[in-house]
Amino acid sequence: MTAVTDEVLSFDEAMEKYDPVLGFEVHVELNTRTKMFSSAPNAFGDVPNTNVTPVDLGLPGVLPVVNGVAVESAIKIGLALNCRIAEKCYFARKNYFYPDTPKNFQTSQFEDPIAYDGSIDIELADGTVFTVEIERAHMEEDAGKLTHMGGATGRIQGAEFSLVDYNRAGVPLIEIVTKPIVGAGSRAPELAKAYVAAIREIVKNLGVSDARMERGNVRCDANVSLKPKGQEKFGTRTETKNVNSLRAVEHAVRYEIQRHAAVLDSGTPIQQETRHWHEDTRSTTSGRPKSDADDYRYFPEPDLVPVVTNDAWIEKLRAELPEPPAERRKRLQADWGYSDAEFRDVVNAGVMSSIEDTIAAGVSAAVARKWWMGEISRRAKLADVEPAELGVTPELIVELNALIETGKINDKLSRDVLDGVLAGEGTPAEVVEKRGLAVVSDDGPLLEAIDGALAAQPDVADKIRGGKVQAVGAIVGGVMKATRGQADAGRVRELILQRLGVEG
Amino acid sequence: MTDLIHLSADALAQKLAAKEVSAVEATQAYLDRIDAVDGAINAFLHVNTDEALLVAAGVDKARTDGDTLHPLAGVPIAVKDLIVTKGQPTTAGSKILEGWQSPYDATVVRKLRAARMPILGKTNLDEFAMGSSTEHSAFGPTRNPWDLDRIPGGSGGGSAAAVAAFEAPLALGTDTGGSIRQPGAVTGTVGVKPTYGGVSRYGAIAMASSLDQIGPVSRTVLDSALLHEVIGGHDPHDSTSLTDPVGALVEAARLGQVDGMRIGVIKELQGEGYQAGVLTRFHESLELLRSAGAEIVEVSCPNFRYALGAYYLIMPSEASSNLAKYDGVRFGLRVVPEGMPTIERVMGATRAAGFGDEVKRRIILGTYALSAGYYDAYYGSAQKVRTLIQRDFAAAFEQADVLISPTAPTTAFKLGEKLNDPLAMYLNDVATIPANLAGVPGLSLPGGLADEDGLPVGIQLLAPARKDARLYRVGAVLESLLEATWGGPMLAQAPEITGGK
Repeated sequence: MTAVTDEVLSFDEAMEKYDPVLGFEVHVELNTRTKMFSSAPNAFGDVPNTNVTPVDLGLPGVLPVVNGVAVESAIKIGLALNCRIAEKCYFARKNYFYPDTPKNFQTSQFEDPIAYDGSIDIELADGTVFTVEIERAHMEEDAGKLTHMGGATGRIQGAEFSLVDYNRAGVPLIEIVTKPIVGAGSRAPELAKAYVAAIREIVKNLGVSDARMERGNVRCDANVSLKPKGQEKFGTRTETKNVNSLRAVEHAVRYEIQRHAAVLDSGTPIQQETRHWHEDTRSTTSGRPKSDADDYRYFPEPDLVPVVTNDAWIEKLRAELPEPPAERRKRLQADWGYSDAEFRDVVNAGVMSSIEDTIAAGVSAAVARKWWMGEISRRAKLADVEPAELGVTPELIVELNALIETGKINDKLSRDVLDGVLAGEGTPAEVVEKRGLAVVSDDGPLLEAIDGALAAQPDVADKIRGGKVQAVGAIVGGVMKATRGQADAGRVRELILQRLGVEG
Repeated sequence: MTDLIHLSADALAQKLAAKEVSAVEATQAYLDRIDAVDGAINAFLHVNTDEALLVAAGVDKARTDGDTLHPLAGVPIAVKDLIVTKGQPTTAGSKILEGWQSPYDATVVRKLRAARMPILGKTNLDEFAMGSSTEHSAFGPTRNPWDLDRIPGGSGGGSAAAVAAFEAPLALGTDTGGSIRQPGAVTGTVGVKPTYGGVSRYGAIAMASSLDQIGPVSRTVLDSALLHEVIGGHDPHDSTSLTDPVGALVEAARLGQVDGMRIGVIKELQGEGYQAGVLTRFHESLELLRSAGAEIVEVSCPNFRYALGAYYLIMPSEASSNLAKYDGVRFGLRVVPEGMPTIERVMGATRAAGFGDEVKRRIILGTYALSAGYYDAYYGSAQKVRTLIQRDFAAAFEQADVLISPTAPTTAFKLGEKLNDPLAMYLNDVATIPANLAGVPGLSLPGGLADEDGLPVGIQLLAPARKDARLYRVGAVLESLLEATWGGPMLAQAPEITGGK
């Protein structure tokens, strides 16, 4: 790791003096079956350099052919971002030499993106809504993956040699570029995270990308600049490359704001450059100088014909779009009657769809929430998996709930039943039977246990008799222990008070 | 078997079908001829003896078994070394690809294999098809069978010379600015640049993608039509390939027709800069066509004067990008310089050592033309000229069914004569380049020998896009009219090749 640590200003101080301007370039890898311009499989994690054809290796004589499904995915993304779709657009060559780029040019789009002039509303945690303008979404191909060996940093500088895996070369990418985002103020880091989260959610909801950031399916380049309060003109920006988790996006934007503020305060101009994000130190380091004069010698790709769209096609795709995530959330919250806080917790826990399915299977919204936010979330946390990955089906919850509502088991016992079901011991009813978990509902054995508990704690019994009704909990606890939890705690309490002749 | 090699491909195909001769005999005859004369010509960079004989033997067996065979099955062919072939090296005439073997076949090669045509080998060319003389090959120049001190044209000098020297009955060429037609003209052979998109480019090593086109090289117009039908047609691997069927080209060549056709003489493609003997032969051809019932009209294409300039911006621009992949990382030559071998230095050293001067010249030109601040003035303006030239063609084809001009302004020049004067070299393509810029098809056929030097003169026919059949219809008639005046094929007048071994 680089030893140089930049000066930073405290975030609050930076916000007093400057307004941040943000801009994002988010690359979304599509989950098409084959690559953007070849028939090679588009798959993650395979043996290096196996998902390649002569086209992906840029061998002499090869020609690209556009993946029609990728074009449809691009249009769907454009529509979901409320963009206009170009009637006719071209591919262009972006020329630069780098060994992860087999042809030493990237086939991309330049002057004519397939989608342009869109916007999306981004809702922050407290319900504030920012509208982010989308400049364009264009199609291009991913580069291969370089692994630099032998150096201390894993970067090309200092490496002894580098390995290239072209499996990723040619994977379809959609690059989504925002217009400058002004006016977020101190909410900028939060907005950055929420924006990338929204893009990820949209492409996942469309089904066009696996949208797994840890696999690089969604990658964010975050542009940050500051301008002194009241100034119209934008400051010089930096572009922090490949910030690849939501948390990192928030931290990187926050860090760059603080760093810019310190640089500007010292009277030095900001260097226009790319920055690298380091998760371990939560800071950025200088990458390469980047000026607007970077010369990629773009020109129209002569090996491809223009992509031509028409209204009928676009409207067909529009009709196929799933309900937008934000609208869906609004609808579900209203249907379920959750408070804003309750609903936000549900969303953050990632159990909204599970609750939706569970309600559809036949329980109330409150019951579904109780299960998914309670017992199931608790278990998921312990197992370090997503709640939905535990294997709890909506039908199982319905059955457990029915057992509770008919008084066969209580809440506490239902956890044991769940254990049994997940351990493969059968249906909930079978587990109740096998494990002998039914609630003890005959008062006879309960009274026996109550007498035992009262005898064991005579001082507590006296207190209750003396009017300290709240002390009854200790006796209830003793009874529950004696009955191995198989008693209805409410009934036990009633019986204790009756026994002691005290009014509940 | 000298007679065998002098047969046209059509005549050979008929003899093969009639079992008068076997494919192995025919292939062996050509291999023997290559062995005998190619030391003098240097048309072949690689001779594919074993595979060619194997394919020929397979054809003979299939014929004995009574299998249905393609009409050209067993007719051997040479392939320009810009077109990739499995099982043989492909060099593009460059050191940077020396020793490289393609793991895949070009679409046209797959079609040759499907027709079971034995591939005799790979023919010489200017490096990456950049040149008009084949002198820019990294593997030595090819010589013109009419005069070994002269160039065979370029870039496809190898294919044209091989066919002219009876080392192959047919060959494949590629034409970006005249690389099939100009060698055809100066070697007394027939060469056709099909309509852009008419033949798949998949597997043709790209120089300038929007101009490149694969086409046939042969000794007769009919033979080119036969080969054109084999290689033409849509290819899903080439997005720019036309979806139209290839058309009845062979029928057009067999029937022939000029009576009632309007043939447009392009005013701008004659006169100054054209050798007197070339113009004399050209005007004789016009007279023959007129006498056969064609209406000769004059058309003007005023923007053709900008064609060469536009071409030398568009072609190098595309080439600079197409040739970026030759960097030593994945295939071909890799030069590791002394000291710290960073990737940048390896790429630089590899390209410095692997590319010849003409290739470097065009990469530099193209890189400059595409660079920020110059793009509009150079590449942008050139594309506008391209549109104007397309309009010139459209207007000319309102007045004429086909257009006609000399293929090249001069006969074959001497080896080394223009090597140090790139502009003079470029001017040799002045008549062929407009067709590439507009995507229209063109055919060059022998028009006789120039009086002053006794060397072949080429006549170029041009047709509207997708009307390739017209070239064959008119070309076949002109060919037969000319051959009647010569008393046989022009190549029969070519000198014996000596000193081959």
